[in-house]
Amino acid sequence: MWIKGGTIIDPANGIEQVGDIHIREGLIAGVYLTGCAETDDEVIDASGLWVLPGLIDMHVHLREPGYEYKEDIASGSRAAASGGVTTVVCMPNTDPVNDNPSVTRYIVEKARHTAVIRVLPAGAITRGLKGADLSEMGLMKAAGIVAVTDDGKSVEDSSVMRRAMEYAATFGLPVISHCQDRSLSASGVMNEGDLSSRLGLGGIPGIAEDIVISRDVLLAQYTGIPIHITHVSTASGLDIIRQAKQAGVRVSCDVTPHHLLLTEDRVRGYDTNAKMYPPLRSREDMLALVEGIRSGVVDCIATDHAPHAKDEKDLDFDLAPFGVIGLQTLLPGVFRLHREYGIDFSRLLACVTCNPARILGIEGGTLSPGARGDVTLFDPEALWTLTPESVLSKSTNSPFLGQEFAGKVIQTIVAGRSVYRI
Amino acid sequence: MNWPHKDLIAIQNLTADEIGHVLDMASSFKEISKRDIKKVPTLRGKTVVLLFYEPSTRTRLSFEIAAKRLSADTVALSASGSSFSKGETIMDAAYNVMAMAPDCIVIRYPSAGIPAKMAELLSCSVINGGDGFHEHPTQALLDMYSLKEHFGRIEGLTVAIVGDIMHSRVARSNVYGLVKMGARVVLVAPKTLLPPGVELWGASVTNELDPVIPEADAVMMLRVQNERLNERFFSGAREYSIFYGLNRKRVEMMKDGAVIMHPGPMNRGVEITHDAADSARSIILDQVENGVAVRMTLLYLSMGGTANVD
Repeated sequence: MWIKGGTIIDPANGIEQVGDIHIREGLIAGVYLTGCAETDDEVIDASGLWVLPGLIDMHVHLREPGYEYKEDIASGSRAAASGGVTTVVCMPNTDPVNDNPSVTRYIVEKARHTAVIRVLPAGAITRGLKGADLSEMGLMKAAGIVAVTDDGKSVEDSSVMRRAMEYAATFGLPVISHCQDRSLSASGVMNEGDLSSRLGLGGIPGIAEDIVISRDVLLAQYTGIPIHITHVSTASGLDIIRQAKQAGVRVSCDVTPHHLLLTEDRVRGYDTNAKMYPPLRSREDMLALVEGIRSGVVDCIATDHAPHAKDEKDLDFDLAPFGVIGLQTLLPGVFRLHREYGIDFSRLLACVTCNPARILGIEGGTLSPGARGDVTLFDPEALWTLTPESVLSKSTNSPFLGQEFAGKVIQTIVAGRSVYRI
Repeated sequence: MNWPHKDLIAIQNLTADEIGHVLDMASSFKEISKRDIKKVPTLRGKTVVLLFYEPSTRTRLSFEIAAKRLSADTVALSASGSSFSKGETIMDAAYNVMAMAPDCIVIRYPSAGIPAKMAELLSCSVINGGDGFHEHPTQALLDMYSLKEHFGRIEGLTVAIVGDIMHSRVARSNVYGLVKMGARVVLVAPKTLLPPGVELWGASVTNELDPVIPEADAVMMLRVQNERLNERFFSGAREYSIFYGLNRKRVEMMKDGAVIMHPGPMNRGVEITHDAADSARSIILDQVENGVAVRMTLLYLSMGGTANVD
């Protein structure tokens, strides 16, 4: 397969040029300047399009097994493909929890048969996500997990977290930490501040997140084992990470598109599609996260794609579950950051391609010869609006519903095979 | 004044002129309750549904009496006797009630935002009877009415609101309304019971009650809920009553003509002692009486009934 005449952007190799890509036997065979020899292979005309490494979303809830009414591996993977995402890491808070190799194998098998993209499971840190006994990390690794996390919860006990980091490192598994001090977030449902008081909703203070970020960074410093902090939402939390990085601590982090593009103002009107953990924060926090991308403190952008059925989200704000979907708006959201803040697109693209690949130690995220033939074709000129009908997930709980986006995924190729085409 | 609102959800949505209009009209509605035959045909043929998903005595009774005095038909439904206890969602319940064509729904709900959502989605009038920690607009209007009735004005009065500001929709609605009407509001509470951003509400804020008492024209005590104690917002009823309770000593420190208010239900011996609650300064029962008149006004305005109160 040849993809010809597009603007090739490959942050891993610092490439940004018009050219042709040759994919052979599922792998990138080469990137050429332009107009190379005639070929009998299939040719995709990419003129006017951007040709990108397939995106890696390192934080996704596919809900299978157990919550197939919200999403399953098949539907989630189709939504991902339509968003230009060719690899997802799916979180273990399924039912049963992915805390043993049987569940891992189930997910891997199900993905092999139903997913159109690469699905890489993350295993639980502790059995049942209960924060006490370590899960079978080694056996799960052999079955296919690429990281461990108790996402949705923090490992409250610092001793358990320390042992978990040491144990995970034994098997070469990265640890992804969801930071939330539950005694501080308590019954809160949105960012704590003037607006929560005015709306009469319980607040979640930024320190509920920052305190655990601090602890995990200190554990990483003490043990020398890397830690990845997921969905950072506060300026102060990002400061802790910046300082730790400067001090040489092996810490990385990701931020979601919704925290980069929206503020707590979105909660006015009590729209439960603006309810997630961590909550949408202040404008100052949002701008600090954007600045964190520009400066490189933020390593990755990940969606925390969290489908919930309409019936669940139609409850009152206090009762509705936390979480929003995001796979289809990941790349357009990233592109919006480029347009609105003038951040170098290649830097943004690295946050959804080679950076997550490096942190997870997985293949992909680049167009280097020999890499996986995962390619996304993107039209930066196209305008489109996210409607419930255009959502391919089983759930439509997006905070961006009704919004117009510039930039649309035209075609998605996974291992040399076209899996989505507009 | 042409009343522009289908619903009454929040004092935050009302202008000073609109609040003034409600208070002016309430006087003529109050007169109806003093007649031998306490009933006018103003809302004849209208149906008012009272949906109370939280316990209430005063507010529910007050709305029901108000509606009946205007000849509306009323149906009251509480959470325990409804499908809500069977797991039906509030919006399903609302659509079902709507299918029976009421003209007005009065809703009290334990979490914020549901009255606003119902107002947005339903064609009938929706009146907020209190939602979570958000607002309790009819309580604030009856409090403002009581102040105006007693002092002849609201502008320039100093009103102290004392107690659990953080969890109080009554405090919020009163602050928004009183500040709009030109009163000076002082909020008094321990730091644990002050919500974030309270300093932006246009009221002054203090942790000490004693210096506030002699300057206040009205001291409004808020109910202390037992569950706050379990959540460790303060150390106990004994210490709370000593630092933030209204007792005889503090009543004696109040200036001439100053009044005591409480939205009820009172926790006697905690935020207010019996000699304060029952003192000559107390206008607590006037508040209750005025609640009927103010709610008659609001039912009338929301449903756009005819102005014939004779």
